[in-house]
Amino acid sequence: MAESSWDLWLDYALWLAIMVGWSLLTLVVLLVLIAFLLLMDRKVWAAVQMRRGPNVVGAFGLLQSFADLLKFVFKEPVIPAGANKGVFLLAPVATAMFALASWAVIPVNEDSLGKWVISDLNVGVLYLLALSSLAVYGIIMGGWASNSKYPFMGSLRSAAQMVSYEVSIGLVIVTVILCVGSLNLTDIVNAQKTGVGTGIGLPASALDWYWLALFPMFVIFYVSALAETNRPPFDLVEAESELVAGFMVEYSSTPYLLFMLGEYVSIVAMCALATILFLGGWLPPVDVAPFNWVPGILWFLIKTVFVFFLISMAKALVPRYRYDQLMRLGWKVFLPLSLAMVVIVAGILQYARVA
Amino acid sequence: MNVAQSVKSLFLWEFVQAFGLAMKYFFSPKKTLDYPFERGPLSPRFRGEHALRRYPNGEERCIACKLCEAICPAQAITIEAGPRRNDGTRRTTRYDIDMVKCIYCGLCQEACPVDAIVEGPNFEFATETREELYYNKEKLLDNGDRWEREIARNLAADAPYR
Amino acid sequence: MALTAGFFYLFAALAVASAAMVILARNPVHAVLFLILAFFNAAGLFILLGAEFLAMILVVVYVGAVAVLFLFVVMMLDVDFAELKAGFIKNAPIGLIVGGIVMGELILLFVSGGFELGLAQQPGAPIAELGRDVSNTKQLGLLLYTRYVFFFQIAGLVLLVAMIGAIVLTLQHRKNVRRQSIAAQVARTPATGMAIVKVPPGGYVLPPTESNKTETQD
Repeated sequence: MAESSWDLWLDYALWLAIMVGWSLLTLVVLLVLIAFLLLMDRKVWAAVQMRRGPNVVGAFGLLQSFADLLKFVFKEPVIPAGANKGVFLLAPVATAMFALASWAVIPVNEDSLGKWVISDLNVGVLYLLALSSLAVYGIIMGGWASNSKYPFMGSLRSAAQMVSYEVSIGLVIVTVILCVGSLNLTDIVNAQKTGVGTGIGLPASALDWYWLALFPMFVIFYVSALAETNRPPFDLVEAESELVAGFMVEYSSTPYLLFMLGEYVSIVAMCALATILFLGGWLPPVDVAPFNWVPGILWFLIKTVFVFFLISMAKALVPRYRYDQLMRLGWKVFLPLSLAMVVIVAGILQYARVA
Repeated sequence: MNVAQSVKSLFLWEFVQAFGLAMKYFFSPKKTLDYPFERGPLSPRFRGEHALRRYPNGEERCIACKLCEAICPAQAITIEAGPRRNDGTRRTTRYDIDMVKCIYCGLCQEACPVDAIVEGPNFEFATETREELYYNKEKLLDNGDRWEREIARNLAADAPYR
Repeated sequence: MALTAGFFYLFAALAVASAAMVILARNPVHAVLFLILAFFNAAGLFILLGAEFLAMILVVVYVGAVAVLFLFVVMMLDVDFAELKAGFIKNAPIGLIVGGIVMGELILLFVSGGFELGLAQQPGAPIAELGRDVSNTKQLGLLLYTRYVFFFQIAGLVLLVAMIGAIVLTLQHRKNVRRQSIAAQVARTPATGMAIVKVPPGGYVLPPTESNKTETQD
């Protein structure tokens, strides 16, 4: 009896060790990737404006993000006298944690070794949706706890904005789920092995993925993802010209770093979600010799970086929305559109199945 | 809004156009100067850090006429005059410029009858403390010695237009 | 099983503790934050039961939307604690009566065996006719859209009516208010928004009256 319970605990310990190991690996890879994506963001922005961007730290400025990290960490965290200290410090931690937690369910590849994912949750999409809706808490708590007007205004704006765009993102996801018939992210990618491309005689190609079949949804998802992650042109939360820096006005040092980190992690998570939902995850664009030799994780990475590139280009070329325009876009344009698409897609699926 | 426009805005047509334009700029040559290593051109009339000049024989030009002090709109210049010890000629015993007050208007060098006080081409004289920006005569003469070649060249280049 | 039990006690204890903090916290914003923590723990308990769909929906709906609005309202309120306490003492008897009735009903239910604890004791127990290999989400969907479809639709209708009611109550179109028509603003193109006019020398051109009038909506 004692021996078997010892075995049981050993099993748990082994399982725990594997989990922790995978999580740490994902975290390290993700954070290093984010460091370079942040640099890429700044470089893209600079290039469109015919600047060079950061180019002093390391070759081509490659180490810029790490220099920034050191700078933030070694600065003194200032906590305003009237701030609600606990909530003030909880907010950035919550933002970073919720953002990082979403990577637990994102599958990056599937091959003979199995699924490359920490937790193959049955309701993976819902989990991601839940976590992205939680991102608003970091902002609200930070804005309220700062005990200052600009942060508070910024957080109120963001609360309304994120709750609004949550709806359209949810409906976009619903259309994809209708096509797949599963909430599991790996299933969603695998369902994109057949589709429009197969129908017109180009099986296992980029045309099979949902971006073509559900193109309006892809556009809505892209715009909503910008709004959901508070990226320009929807960065009303931290609109410099109106709110100084929005909810981050009072933050400095490591708490600020955590906010920035959380923001970028959730942006990349959104890119990964777009990749999974619409761009066929780790599937190669054409299933012929030179393309399907490339490991799936590389395809996943390329697609994610591509979506990230689109997002950083949006920052470079679209002026900031006015707040009432933003709300109108969310409730009066995207909500009816995506609702109509849900009905249309469901109808097509139903009658196609019957026929 | 008509249908064509709605469809265009649904498919982000303007965004696509802007994207194309942005990609053109993306690959166009960058305008940035790699500043500490590359520098933009400076006009000979550039008004930078002040300097007190000397004659080629080493005698200071300033005759303590106080015209610069009088004309300075920011009242940044303070001059005290007195006879020089060895030959009794009128010279400054004190010539201070408060570089924090100075607005770099260039009126002092316009006023100077002997081209003694000039604004040189140097603009990189940032300091860590405010005190270091209270220039005295010694510092100004020192600047003159250091920048004499550039200052003389700029004055010569600008002379035909004065 | 030991691990599951451990997590159960963790979640349960945290849920009860944070629920207690909701009513004990002096700062209403803290109370709402504790409420959110309670929601999270409830979601954790759902996951332990094998109801991951319910857990996620709980987080999405309650934490992601409802609690945000709670927080929104509570933050905007200018809470006067003295007034709040006076109200507390005044309303305490009614609160006690209502609480007592609910408590009594719950006790009656437990005593008379109104709750069948049979299913709740088997985590992940499948609905008999669907079998174990059907995922939780699918089971829920099959049940909701077959046996309980009318209840489900009626619940949806009630919510819809509530929503429309709230909109009707709050939405009032005042006359003589100049509103912006964003659709018209967005629809402007260089062709419609710009006119090239020839100004005669020494003369002037009046702007066309139609184009510089602001759009009014009522």
